[in-house]
Amino acid sequence: MNRTLVVGALAAVSLLGCKKKDDASATGALAATLDASGATFQKAFQEVAIEEFTATHKQVTINYGAGGSGKGRQDFADKIVDFACTDAPYKPEDAGKVKGGAFLYIPNVLGAITLSYNLDSDKLQLSPDVIAKIFQREITRWNDPAIAADNPGVTLPDLAIVVAHRSDGSGTTENFTRYLSLAAPTTWKLKSGSTVEWSADTQAGNGNGGVAQIVKSTKGAIGYVDLSDAKASGLKYAAVKNQAGKYIAPSVEATTAAGEGIEVQPDLLFSALNAKGDAAYPITAQSWCLVYEKQTDKAKGEAVKAYFKYMLTDGQKLLPEIDFAPLPKSIQDKALTQLEKVQVPAS
Amino acid sequence: MRLDLRGPDQLRIPTIVAGLAVLGAGVALTALAAGGPLGVLAWFPILAGLVVAARGTGADRAFRWTAIAAAGIVLLVLGVIALVMIDRASPVLGKMGLAFFTSSRWSAPDAVYGALPFIWGTLYTAAIAVVLSVPISLGVALFITQVAPRWLKKPMVYLIDLLAVVPSVVFGLWGVLVLSHHFGLGRSFLTAGIILGIMITPIITSLAREVIETTPASDKEAALALGCTRWEMITATVLPHSKGGLVGAVMLGLGRAMGETIAAALVIGSALGQITLDPFAPGNSMPAVIANEWGEADDMHKSALIALAVTLFVITIAVNLIATTIVQRSMRRSRGA
Repeated sequence: MNRTLVVGALAAVSLLGCKKKDDASATGALAATLDASGATFQKAFQEVAIEEFTATHKQVTINYGAGGSGKGRQDFADKIVDFACTDAPYKPEDAGKVKGGAFLYIPNVLGAITLSYNLDSDKLQLSPDVIAKIFQREITRWNDPAIAADNPGVTLPDLAIVVAHRSDGSGTTENFTRYLSLAAPTTWKLKSGSTVEWSADTQAGNGNGGVAQIVKSTKGAIGYVDLSDAKASGLKYAAVKNQAGKYIAPSVEATTAAGEGIEVQPDLLFSALNAKGDAAYPITAQSWCLVYEKQTDKAKGEAVKAYFKYMLTDGQKLLPEIDFAPLPKSIQDKALTQLEKVQVPAS
Repeated sequence: MRLDLRGPDQLRIPTIVAGLAVLGAGVALTALAAGGPLGVLAWFPILAGLVVAARGTGADRAFRWTAIAAAGIVLLVLGVIALVMIDRASPVLGKMGLAFFTSSRWSAPDAVYGALPFIWGTLYTAAIAVVLSVPISLGVALFITQVAPRWLKKPMVYLIDLLAVVPSVVFGLWGVLVLSHHFGLGRSFLTAGIILGIMITPIITSLAREVIETTPASDKEAALALGCTRWEMITATVLPHSKGGLVGAVMLGLGRAMGETIAAALVIGSALGQITLDPFAPGNSMPAVIANEWGEADDMHKSALIALAVTLFVITIAVNLIATTIVQRSMRRSRGA
């Protein structure tokens, strides 16, 4: 109800704004075109958030190019975009190369990375060591005793495991492999990165959709796919043993729960991977948007600030619909406080 | 004897305009290639020369300089591209040394980059493509030039040329959907080789057709007059006459197959470390690795990908040089005969 009033008021203001530009800026109607690029992980969120935001701010246009986190960080550092989104922070040696000076990490999305599989069994539980061994091809059949130990009372078939991974460099691969380095440090040997040294007897697909496609079409396949793509492809996914020793299936609630127990640094960097807490789904990835502290253009600065505020407040309500998780209240509050540091020039 | 080619005065202005246009394009290209305004400096001497020539003794000299400038642009742009690429590739080459070309472990997290499996994948898939494509291409070219009735010739040529302009991503997607899934070939060297073979067939066919068409009618008629069958006529006159050109056509196809990116990236399987003759194994090729890994690569990783591009560049040039040598040698031989 309240929101409708605000929308109406803003619409009225922007109508007035058409007549007299000065009036519009005095009453705060936003008018700017923002260019942004970055993570494909939050592309779906950016699409719906931009649609909703620009529906109420009709003179704002936001173009989000989902070219990958690495591209987002590079574009932001070169100052060719107004903001960027990324699944991973800058490396310390690269942070100094950012052309526009001081900038802020604003966390906005949490998302689960599922272990999607293609078996008749509707129930599959996996512990980190077993996942590491499966993806390193040390466990190659579904009836392996190590998998059986995770799944008491379930009989898994004598079937070869087909491992599916990303062919393209990806933040999802980086988060998944980082999770394995954290949760199965002695077993996992491939380290972490946007691409790692997968064994040659595995299959590679392009994008989350490509991996989902391999899992869907191959009996006995397992692959890491983000929750929204796994759901969209109608895949089954495993419950994963978390730090508390509980097997948790990926869901929006379990993802937010992972965010609740984590330590957040003053610059709002954190890792939701391998989170503590009974209800936390352990392979939970996070994403940030980057914004410059000192905005140089009044119209753009105001629009960026308003859009970021929207992403952290009303925008969070859009997340469950697309199978991403909202930030827990504690991180949301910190992010809103951090956003206040953004300075917009008076004229 | 020297001809005086100097034209009437009105010729001069269009020539100068054309010269300046070529020069402008050259400056822009060089600046772009060098990644900065410094590349422009190289053009001042030529600019000065052009102005002097144009003002001095007329259209002839202006044309001469324009032509020299146009030729220079190509070399300069190529040179600057090579320099910039080698410069960007130098961190990884400095770190890995020759092992970049001879070792087969490629691990971004460990910053270890050995390109041998990708070099192998590039050569192997291109070889499969050529083996599959050459008999078909030559068959089609001979059919069009020697066998087909006149009414079929034009539409055939048109269709083949049409195949050449289909964007490679279309072939790639078709490969994924039909070859990988429907025919169950999976993603492998063979799948990539088949797709590349289809892609280079129109190129080889077109070139082969034009080369074969240059066989003098008198040669062919002489062979037929001596009682040759059509097949004997082809083997006795057409093939020996066009040998050099046909090798050139195949080599151009090979070059295209080695450089093909998107179609290969979609169907080759993106498996690391595969150096095997098994055509059903998944593998990887240099352009496919570049396309797949560039987006999220860090600095050293990017340098390694650029080094792959340089390697591809060098191999392609080498293939072209070999092709030219073969063509020249066979031409000399056929002239001597």
